[in-house]
Amino acid sequence: MNHNKVIQVEGLTKMFGDFTAVNAITFDIEKGEIFGFLGANGAGKTTAMKMLIGISNPTSGKANVAGFNVFTNAEDIKKNIGYMSQKFALYDDLTVKENITFFGGIYGLSIKRIKEKSEILIQELGLEKVANTLVGSLPLGWKQKLSFSVSLIHDPKIVFLDEPTGGVDPITRRQFWEMIYKAANQGTTVFVTTHYMDEAEYCDRVSIMVNGKIEALDTPKKLKEKFKAANMNDVFLKLARG
Amino acid sequence: MSITISNISKSYKNVKALQDISFEVKENELFGLIGPDGAGKTTLFRILTTLLIANEGTATVAGFDVISDYKMIRNSVGYMPGKFSLYQDLTVEENLNFFATIFGTTIEENYDLIKDIYVQIEPFKDRRAGKLSGGMKQKLALCCALIHKPKVLFLDEPTTGVDPVSRKEFWDMLKRLQQKGITILVSTPYMDEAALCDRIALIQAGKILEIDTPKAIVKHYSKPIYNVRANNMYQLINSLNDYEYNHSVYPFGEFVHYTDKRADFNQKELKMYLETKNLTDIEIEKTIATIEDTFMELAK
Repeated sequence: MNHNKVIQVEGLTKMFGDFTAVNAITFDIEKGEIFGFLGANGAGKTTAMKMLIGISNPTSGKANVAGFNVFTNAEDIKKNIGYMSQKFALYDDLTVKENITFFGGIYGLSIKRIKEKSEILIQELGLEKVANTLVGSLPLGWKQKLSFSVSLIHDPKIVFLDEPTGGVDPITRRQFWEMIYKAANQGTTVFVTTHYMDEAEYCDRVSIMVNGKIEALDTPKKLKEKFKAANMNDVFLKLARG
Repeated sequence: MSITISNISKSYKNVKALQDISFEVKENELFGLIGPDGAGKTTLFRILTTLLIANEGTATVAGFDVISDYKMIRNSVGYMPGKFSLYQDLTVEENLNFFATIFGTTIEENYDLIKDIYVQIEPFKDRRAGKLSGGMKQKLALCCALIHKPKVLFLDEPTTGVDPVSRKEFWDMLKRLQQKGITILVSTPYMDEAALCDRIALIQAGKILEIDTPKAIVKHYSKPIYNVRANNMYQLINSLNDYEYNHSVYPFGEFVHYTDKRADFNQKELKMYLETKNLTDIEIEKTIATIEDTFMELAK
């Protein structure tokens, strides 16, 4: 196995009855890469992602995530990745500090380490004043930035972000991407889905799923050349009509 | 005027959801309320659809006062809330029939209005609403909001979480509805959709930042704005953020939009600075502000 490849997927397939939700997808992702995973609603993105994070068994194919096989070592995958979605972020009725402590504990960090991490994280996000405030009362943008930091609390090799910026204001959305760049720059692999096509441009490489298959996979620049499109929105519209 | 809003304010405990909002929506206009989550868009929708009472101010919809004529308003408007609010355990057809009956009409009577949209979900008319995909639910909700032929249509974030293809289709549908004489007030967090409206209001933290046509709003952006590109995006953003003369630094797709504090900004000087940061393939060129640039400048 190539150690620079932190995700290796070959012919990965998921069937629900006679419906093929994910149809033999194949790709590799390298260490520190920002990989955009795009597709229309219902194209199979969420199903594919669930298999990669070890919470759904593939019907066939191969996949290796953070060095572990999705068929045999799903539990090890969960320990070695971070995950954040727009829907399940943090516990609204716990404070900022309590959320950090809770997730640190879930990932098996020592009490000392949790304390250290908690201080660093709160300071980096500028949340000192609201450290003891219930997360539910924070603006969405803050929640999402906090949620991202929490998903990195155990220093995972890969972080999976499922529409992390939906509905977030444009300034915070950009601050969020600066956090993504920073994490990638430090060697964390970022696997991200989004419906904002300008964000697709921020990715090192982008895949576009249509009806369960990956129909395109390349750098944004090469995709635009290939589809003779001015921007990623045009690439998406040309492809995803399906 | 189809909608008039005068000095509306609304607070929840100590949160000021809306602060002294005033604007008008003309007859048959497609008007966009553009702003992020928490801006107050839903609160305003609920006040205009008579589901919530403002603390201060007055408003009329289709000529009726939101307080004294609330029953008339309920008969004259269609409302598609941000959260899917149809009956999950009724089928597609049952939901539509239910809403038609409530408003004392039938599907047949106003079928021409919803036909374009309904044919797309008709193959699933016996499926329970709860079992539909996101795009299908959205289309059904729109049909239910239209079935009594409303004069004014309120759409609260109809495209949030929807992919670009379905979003485009949805906006095409709105344009066709507008041609049929319906006034539409639509909210969205997607700035690119603002350009599709006749006029827009930019809203953040309960306050209107600006109201105008999309073209005019973009023209109000006063500073020259530059596209900057280099070999490494992350280093580029950091370097520009560290540059002492920067006014704003925002990633925009493959570029960073940069504005400078100085009136006599010199591109060469910035290029030289970026070269000292070990960046290569540097390109700097003037560009035109977008609605998102304007929004961020106003929200700063």
